[in-house]
Amino acid sequence: MSSSLAIQRENIRKLFPDTFNQARKSRLRGQIIFFLVLVYLIVGFFTLDVVDIPKKWKPQNAAMFVLDTYAHKDHVTMKWENHEDIKIAFEGNYRSVYGIDNLDKSIPDWFYKNSDKVGNVVEFNNKGKAILYKDKVEIVNFPKYERDFTIKLNSNGKPYLVGSEDLVIEDLKGFRITENRVEFRPTLYERIQVYPKKVEIHRYSIGWKYFWFDFSSPLEPYTFFEALGLTFSKERVVPEMSNLKLFLTEIKDNEAFMHGRVWWAMLETIVMAVLGTMFATVMALPLSFLAAYNVTPIKALRFTLRRLFDTLRGIDFLIWSLIFLRAFGPGPFTGIFAIGFTDTGTLGKLYSEAIENTEKKQQEGVKSTGASKFLQHRFGIIPQILPIFVSQSLYYLESNTRGAVIIGAMGAGGIGLQFLGALGTGNDFENVAYMAILVLAVVIFMDRLSAWLRRILIGSDQLIVR
Amino acid sequence: MTKALPANLEQIEVNLKKLTNQRTRSSLLGIAILILIFFGGTLVSLEANAGSFGRGIANFFNYPRDLFVDTFEMGWKYWPRVIKYIPELIITLNIALFSTSIGFVLAVIFAIFSSRNLIRNKRVIQFTKFFMDVTRSFPTLIIAMVFLYLMGKSSLPAVIAITIHTAGALGKLFTEAIENCDGKPIEGLSSVGATWTQKIRFSVLPQVLPLFLSYGILRLEINVRESTILGFVGAGGIGEMLAALIQWNYGADVLACMFLLVGTIIALDYLSAYWRHKLIGANQ
Repeated sequence: MSSSLAIQRENIRKLFPDTFNQARKSRLRGQIIFFLVLVYLIVGFFTLDVVDIPKKWKPQNAAMFVLDTYAHKDHVTMKWENHEDIKIAFEGNYRSVYGIDNLDKSIPDWFYKNSDKVGNVVEFNNKGKAILYKDKVEIVNFPKYERDFTIKLNSNGKPYLVGSEDLVIEDLKGFRITENRVEFRPTLYERIQVYPKKVEIHRYSIGWKYFWFDFSSPLEPYTFFEALGLTFSKERVVPEMSNLKLFLTEIKDNEAFMHGRVWWAMLETIVMAVLGTMFATVMALPLSFLAAYNVTPIKALRFTLRRLFDTLRGIDFLIWSLIFLRAFGPGPFTGIFAIGFTDTGTLGKLYSEAIENTEKKQQEGVKSTGASKFLQHRFGIIPQILPIFVSQSLYYLESNTRGAVIIGAMGAGGIGLQFLGALGTGNDFENVAYMAILVLAVVIFMDRLSAWLRRILIGSDQLIVR
Repeated sequence: MTKALPANLEQIEVNLKKLTNQRTRSSLLGIAILILIFFGGTLVSLEANAGSFGRGIANFFNYPRDLFVDTFEMGWKYWPRVIKYIPELIITLNIALFSTSIGFVLAVIFAIFSSRNLIRNKRVIQFTKFFMDVTRSFPTLIIAMVFLYLMGKSSLPAVIAITIHTAGALGKLFTEAIENCDGKPIEGLSSVGATWTQKIRFSVLPQVLPLFLSYGILRLEINVRESTILGFVGAGGIGEMLAALIQWNYGADVLACMFLLVGTIIALDYLSAYWRHKLIGANQ
């Protein structure tokens, strides 16, 4: 049975040699292309130094970056010369110091006098404690550590870990000891540094503290919803303004997260994208009619317009934004015109192709009633291409939102520039994360909005090409 | 009979009028909303812009004119300058091509795992789709800047950023292509007992591969633009050079870089249109 099948197969092969040979040929071509791509990938791998990723990737930096995006820290600083003068500051900011009278900000409850009434205790979230004395720092009660540690200053005024010579490496896990510093960092969330002049403790907690109301805000003691509730009460928190106004201004003027500035910047970016797309649509609409052969009989005009579209599109929005940046200065106009000019080219091309692909019969039908040229286009072409126009414009709206962020970062302002600024400070990574999430949310929102508009306007949320 | 018809027509007439009115109303509403957005946006722009609109328009030609004047003053010495920047352009093209290739492969994998006709598990589909949404929605610049901060100046952050974005963007298009492909070849292969991988290899892939390649070429064109932009924030290539030249005010060199860029983009535009036409046109 099987041998007869093989014979049959052979016969088929002999009967249609062309078919089978062609398959082999195209397979060979595919293999060659695959091989070339592979060669290129290897070349690219080395020319772009992809091998260096492990070398360049510093896990410590990345871990600190990620930690700071979702956690906040308090700094506790004690100078050896005056051990009772201990400063506790949020993120080490000199304007956010706890326990200073004029701010009326009480000392947090994880800082207290030790039971021996001499030392001051900083208690970490994992119940580990650092106890600050006049002449030493005791590190006690850390989970996963069998013993306690003491750090003192020697006669030269340099810090050292008491009894470190008796300890094995295993016990010293988490310590980094150099000549002028003893650092203890068991996990990312606790960090104790002893210097010849001072002791500095960083205490991390998860979350974005002061997200709604900043450190010095009168509403800070309340949570967001409590404060929202307060806006309905008659008693004023501060005598100068009503609670609602206070609530709004305190959120807007938040120093840590700068909601007012960030949202305004986001609005600028959205305006750039929306007005840019509108501008491009309005410009491209008439031009595309003039560039379509079934509307415009003049070949020279069509050719010129086509090349105009190519040029507008070819001069990328990067270059447009550089030119407009010089003209308008930083601001949304730069973004609007950069997006508008580039997309006039793109949309003009797409629209004119759509017009050329329309069904002729409808136009002829209108023509048969004796309608003028204008009416023929109005009722013969526009109903056919309107869904394509709307669909294309809305599709570009979403990608332009991303483009507007980029143009912003090039100098036109908006959220892109804010993001660049926050990243540049090197320690406001919670703001970086906040803005990244905001951008993500807005882009996804625009995507959904344009899909929804496409669905209600033309009944399909897929991009119609022709 | 003769009486019923006019009554019918009357009804049609009434309905038509109702529909026309409705359409006029929604058109007017739409136009009103657009006008509102336009004026609102203009107000925001006027408020936020550093210079005034009128002065901006008046200054529009200043910068291009300066560039061209600088260039003409150089005369024939100009052309070697253009050639000088070609190596930078090649770096940019290399970044774009490499990350498009890697992103393409990732996108194919994502697309297979998010297509309803290939995967039965709804959770997997939802997760992959969400993942693609997120990777697609971040502007490349944001990913690149974070990686630039973490890894120092090199081309790698650009490669990573563009790869991530490409994987998401192409993945979505590929998913649509796979979901819209003809189900009959899959059924045919199922009937002869093909495995899952065989089904993908012999029924789905032949159908969608031309479309995939066509999307990939389009993406390559976009990525060349992207990698230029990422150069501006420090990822190397012609973008970084252009940023430096602008800062030093070397007008002629700026224009040389711009020419190279525009030339490349227009050339790629035509090439990609030609290739895509060949790929899709030959298959239909």
